Amino acid sequence: MTRFRIQSPKGAKQIHFTFNGKSYQGFEGEPLAAALLANGVHLIGRSFKFHRPRGIYSAGSAEPNALVTVLHPDGREPNTLATTLEIYEGLEAVSQNCWPSVETDFGAVNSLLSPLFVAGFYYKTFMGKSNKHWMFFEKYIRKAAGMGEASVEADKSVYEKTNTFCDYLIVGAGPAGISAALEAAQTGKRVVLADEQDALGASLIGTNQTIDGLLAGAWLAQQLATLKTYPNVTLLPRTTIYGYYDDNTLGAVERVNTKALRERHIIFHADKVILATGAIERPIVFGNNDRPGVMLASGFGTYVKRHHVRPGTNVIAFTNNDSIYQQIDDAYEAGATVHTVVDMRESLSDYAQEIVTKTGINVQLGKAVSHVLGSKKIRAVQLDDGTKLSCDLLIVSGGWTPTINLQSQQGDKPIYDDSLCAFLPGLPHQDYLSVGACNGQFGLADCLKSGARALGQDRTYTVERDAPWDILPVWEVPVTKGISFVDFQHDVKASDISLAKREGFISVEHLKRYTTLGMANDQGKTSNLNALALMAKERQKPITEVGTTRFRPPYTPVAIGTLSGGKYGDHFRPTRYTSMHEWHINHGAEMINTGAWVRPRVYKQPGETVTDAYIREAASVRNSVGMVDVTTLGKIEVVGPDAPEFLNRVYTNAWLKLPVGKARYGVMLRDDGLVFDDGTTWRLEENRFLMTTTTANAANVLTHLEYLLDVVWPGLKVKVISVTDQWAGVAVAGPNSRATIAKTVSGVDMSHEAFPFMAVMDGFMDTIPVKIARLSFSGELAYEVWCPSHYGLAMWEKLFDAGKEFNLTPYGTEALGTLRIEKGHVSGPELDGRTSLDDLGLSWAFGKKDFVGKPLSQREGLMASDRAKLVGLMSKPGQAIRPGSQIVTQDNQTRSIGHVTSTTYSPALQNYIALALIQNGRDKIGDTVIATYPLKNEQQDVEIVHPHFFDPDGSRMHV
Amino acid sequence: MKIECPFCGKRDHSEFTYKGDATVARPDHSEQDLDRWNDYVFQRTNPKGAHKEYWHHTNGCRKFLIVERDTISHKINSVTLVQGGGK
Repeated sequence: MTRFRIQSPKGAKQIHFTFNGKSYQGFEGEPLAAALLANGVHLIGRSFKFHRPRGIYSAGSAEPNALVTVLHPDGREPNTLATTLEIYEGLEAVSQNCWPSVETDFGAVNSLLSPLFVAGFYYKTFMGKSNKHWMFFEKYIRKAAGMGEASVEADKSVYEKTNTFCDYLIVGAGPAGISAALEAAQTGKRVVLADEQDALGASLIGTNQTIDGLLAGAWLAQQLATLKTYPNVTLLPRTTIYGYYDDNTLGAVERVNTKALRERHIIFHADKVILATGAIERPIVFGNNDRPGVMLASGFGTYVKRHHVRPGTNVIAFTNNDSIYQQIDDAYEAGATVHTVVDMRESLSDYAQEIVTKTGINVQLGKAVSHVLGSKKIRAVQLDDGTKLSCDLLIVSGGWTPTINLQSQQGDKPIYDDSLCAFLPGLPHQDYLSVGACNGQFGLADCLKSGARALGQDRTYTVERDAPWDILPVWEVPVTKGISFVDFQHDVKASDISLAKREGFISVEHLKRYTTLGMANDQGKTSNLNALALMAKERQKPITEVGTTRFRPPYTPVAIGTLSGGKYGDHFRPTRYTSMHEWHINHGAEMINTGAWVRPRVYKQPGETVTDAYIREAASVRNSVGMVDVTTLGKIEVVGPDAPEFLNRVYTNAWLKLPVGKARYGVMLRDDGLVFDDGTTWRLEENRFLMTTTTANAANVLTHLEYLLDVVWPGLKVKVISVTDQWAGVAVAGPNSRATIAKTVSGVDMSHEAFPFMAVMDGFMDTIPVKIARLSFSGELAYEVWCPSHYGLAMWEKLFDAGKEFNLTPYGTEALGTLRIEKGHVSGPELDGRTSLDDLGLSWAFGKKDFVGKPLSQREGLMASDRAKLVGLMSKPGQAIRPGSQIVTQDNQTRSIGHVTSTTYSPALQNYIALALIQNGRDKIGDTVIATYPLKNEQQDVEIVHPHFFDPDGSRMHV
Repeated sequence: MKIECPFCGKRDHSEFTYKGDATVARPDHSEQDLDRWNDYVFQRTNPKGAHKEYWHHTNGCRKFLIVERDTISHKINSVTLVQGGGK
């Protein structure tokens, strides 16, 4: 074994890894921090603000200093804790916040300037004179700031999301959690015991304490074996419960760490929650307390007992409480000795005295470490009486802070306990119990007892060598030399807290934001209480009066990939395909997503651009016949004796007299009087209507109708149901559309007289039942043909074959847009939730009867004379107009009077045209204005014209 | 948060859509007074504590429910169907 490796972990495979490009050996599955310490590496990275050398401070998820970036073949993962990262063959990790290297870091010059870098430094220095001043410096400041460097590659790891329902969720598998689980198991109910670490047991691992006569480790093995025999108990190591939400819903991440699955996101729905989350050891604030080689005593204990690594060979301990003696005793038996303990208390407890005698340790009572010497590694400590002691490791314990993050997330205010020097969980307002150290039961026997008590069982465990709880409430040693840090990760100094007080930022919320204390990704796990204590001292008030801030989820950082699970790319949400999808693909369609639907945009022929294709398609419709898949339109069946009355109230225009077998165009408003949606609705039977909506608004319209029926008019006898998925639809448009359909349909007289405009007929294509409605969005003679979805492809192919002799052209959404813009028909870009009926030129649809939205459609703002109205724009020949362009006038080029909504090249007009909403637009027809697009530095003259560009009297569709 | 739908039973709130304040009275369909409509559409209080809200069981039975919920604790005191009980 090496100087630092006491023994190899049992059965573990030796592997190779690199840190900052240098190769090291370690054991598979041990934390990177343990492996580095075993190789004598203490300098891990540089700090965030001052670029101070930093090492390994702890052994768990509370680690503030030892952040590394892991390099993957396809990216990098910054801000990974060396203390929790389990190493594997080929792992590559590098230091952060340093350049060119962690040993020689140019940014360390910040450290020399640290008296300047006080809280609020950037704002005070750069924001003073003017906003311009700040704008100039900001980009440089942002560049220098930030922790680690994010990957720009897509995360290729695999994640999944699951839900788990249980009766008892026990969070934390230390002594209290295990004792609770043992009782819960016997109830026969579903029990989950989760712990963030790879091994269950927490403080029970490696201690020389005994439970009921067994060494704690042996007792632990026995109880875990017992728990595994219960089919109703699930043990989840490597699982962090990161968030506690309403109704006992908790978010968790399970680190599976295999190629097939990196992490699993679990949402727990628990009947009862037992929080056994333990406690985190606190640092003491003294000079240069952040130097590599200063470490929490519990971290030291964990590396020695659990990983059999000696973080130092010349070790001094510094404390204000008894718990450090337990670590010293355990480490002594595991083969790592401490030679001196500096204890701020005036006398030792019997417990501590016994360990001091047994280990032969030198004790400095009533003294404190005032600062440490050494920069990249501690060399010695200086005590407050001037004594200098050499060492290569200083272990520290300033007491224990109960881990009450989950309770605090729930908004349950913690209560300060003076004798424990700790905040304990407040009154729960959800169904959970706090047990063990997180509830202030710091002794092993008390932990075990409180776990059982959570299940209503009084059980006594006999524990030997249990540490008593004695602490001197000292948080800080007056600084004589060096810098004393409170929050290591955000480089917040003790002096920053004094400064915050002097400048009036005395509330904890202000303190936090002003100094950024506790706002790093460790959420101040090791720093919050010390900061509160220092502020309390500054204000000469008890800690309870300083107050606390609320913890927010997540407890530890969660990868975005884990939260998304498999839901990205094509799996982000369900994709909706029409029955004709394959046909479109096989015929060269370039598809486009419209909401969840995938629709053909254009059908490209060899050598064509999108523009070429849509111009050809639109021209074919005007010249002969085309067809377009309109399956995506929303379809709602409206059924019941009051259906006509209902539609009459919902639509702005009149509906009571629509005959069976006829369709009508209708517009709906929202309650606030603005246009909501439009479409045609067909009266299929006396009491049965088929409503169509725009593709985008289908779901919203259905909910709107349901709201009106459930909440506003429960007396109306009407039911509504979505039938969007039940019908496939094709619009056949163009002068030859009638002839095309006539060839394929039986049972329908297609003549103009028998089948007039807006009529709906039933017929057959072979055996396929179809509904045909004579409607036109393109302005041509046109029909919509609908059939049950599963016949959609057959219907499409029959129509396509029938149209061959007319050179029938399938067209996509681009040509659909071209045709409707040429006709001045409104669509999504015009129905933008800000337009009124009159704005869109639809005031003819404003009915005399009462309808939803009518009163507020007449409010002052919507009647104002300068509102933007729908108009057409005609460009100078050959100049495309960009959608979204602002409209300005020659006289005033800085004030927009409107914007361009929809644009196209019009094959019918042989020019680029657009629809626009322009203030008072209808009075400006014939004016020339400027369409400007400052982002691209484009502007051009356009003429305002009537929006009905083509065939304004509609003669083409009435043939 | 979980909501006990009278039809579907206790379901996660993600199945539901919040549809606003259930304490405001919608003016009659024939009401012409703009002020009354303005109050109904735009004026809302933001109560701290007990509140009545509409929730739509969008990914369930699609019924509108009246949920009595505490806006501080999120505790739900009752869930009833609007139909029959509503305005």
